[in-house]
Amino acid sequence: MSTVPPPIGLLAELTHRCPLKCPYCSNPLELERRSVELDTETWKRVFSEAAALGVLQVHLSGGEPTARRDIVEITRHCAEVGLYSNLITSAVGVDRAKLDALAEAGLDHVQLSVQAADATVADKVAGLAGAHAKKLAFARAVAAIGLPLTVNAVIHRANIHAIPEMIELTLELGARRLEIAHVQYYGWAFKNRAALMPLKDDVLAAMAVVEEARARLKGTLVIDAVTPDYYARFPKACVGGWGRRSLNVTPSGRVLPCHAAETIPHLEFWSVTEHSLADIWNYGPAFQAFRGTEWMPEPCRSCERKEIDWGGCRCQALAFTGDAAATDPACHRSPMHAELLAIAEADARSDADYAYRGYGAPVPA
Amino acid sequence: MIEATAIPKLPRGVRLHHDAARDGWTVLGPERVIETDPIGAEILQRCDGVRTLAAIVDDLAATFSADRAMVEADVVRFLADLAEKRMLELRPAGAPAAGGGASVP
Repeated sequence: MSTVPPPIGLLAELTHRCPLKCPYCSNPLELERRSVELDTETWKRVFSEAAALGVLQVHLSGGEPTARRDIVEITRHCAEVGLYSNLITSAVGVDRAKLDALAEAGLDHVQLSVQAADATVADKVAGLAGAHAKKLAFARAVAAIGLPLTVNAVIHRANIHAIPEMIELTLELGARRLEIAHVQYYGWAFKNRAALMPLKDDVLAAMAVVEEARARLKGTLVIDAVTPDYYARFPKACVGGWGRRSLNVTPSGRVLPCHAAETIPHLEFWSVTEHSLADIWNYGPAFQAFRGTEWMPEPCRSCERKEIDWGGCRCQALAFTGDAAATDPACHRSPMHAELLAIAEADARSDADYAYRGYGAPVPA
Repeated sequence: MIEATAIPKLPRGVRLHHDAARDGWTVLGPERVIETDPIGAEILQRCDGVRTLAAIVDDLAATFSADRAMVEADVVRFLADLAEKRMLELRPAGAPAAGGGASVP
């Protein structure tokens, strides 16, 4: 039996517990509760299997991964099996002692979310007073220890004009990398579109700012920008192509091709509690569903870009067209593209309060 | 350009990794997985934070019986690319080795 090339990255959602309430959270609307979280030994087995399968980098994430009492033990195990470990954290709840312990356990890299350049906006977006100040202190501690730091800045209407200030802040904090991550509209972000979507002109201006800064800061700061594809002509290669480069393990152990895949009906997700990671990657029905190009309808099937963007995003296609196999409406060749653009532009001109991320039904706007 | 007296070293959070599943070498860093060939691995294995660029080039040229000028060009191109990505530190000759990380009080 032939198997597919192994993944490079594994996103481990260790828990959905989090002190923040960001309205664009990439976790699903139905957050998994603590009672269903995998135990320490299971996560260690998953990481061992991941390393054997060929995963090179593991992203310890959540929710807030440090909410887990076993985060140091988990990190140490990743280092022991040779996985490069990246902690994706809000900094809230991580004191210096825990950070020192993580560094000593072999943590390779820290990615810190920063919601805005100033505390008032940042704390409003995160839904937690005092969060921004905690992040700045944490960043300084990471730099003092000598671990590499990436600042992850999710960009949307409330902060898109502050990108220059966010770049300056990132430099001040001693980070080696900055991710300018325009919101991707699934899950919580889809729910909060009217509150988050920026105007197209602001997106174009932001891209120019980033290009200029990237050139000016070459060798000093690496700036990666995930640009929003709803204002583009072609879609992004979502997760590098379905079932090609990465996989996502939820707190209860379900393995997903991407963090929004559970929105797609009729997909069968296997769990690490019942299958090995290798079996899930190679044979899991959810992974097979949109792998490669055989599943593509026209115009994708005949498109010269099909092995560049791999058909874009299934979850976005589902959200806007109702059909997960449809052409991604972000592509200008989709019959729904004009409608996607109109929806985005209407959202950009809307006004809405955040439906903050949390357990239970989202608070209506 | 890299000075011949500069001392290259992989910073904390960047490592050379032998990828058993793919039977090759990779350089792992923050959100970067850079496949490299055995020559790249030979170069990085010599970036021990003690040897200068010149010493590394001398060693490679001797070990592989290769033209020194060509080796130097290849090594500089390879290391400069990593440095631009913040995946390589280049300590100028005479500068003290860093203990921790950035100079943040």
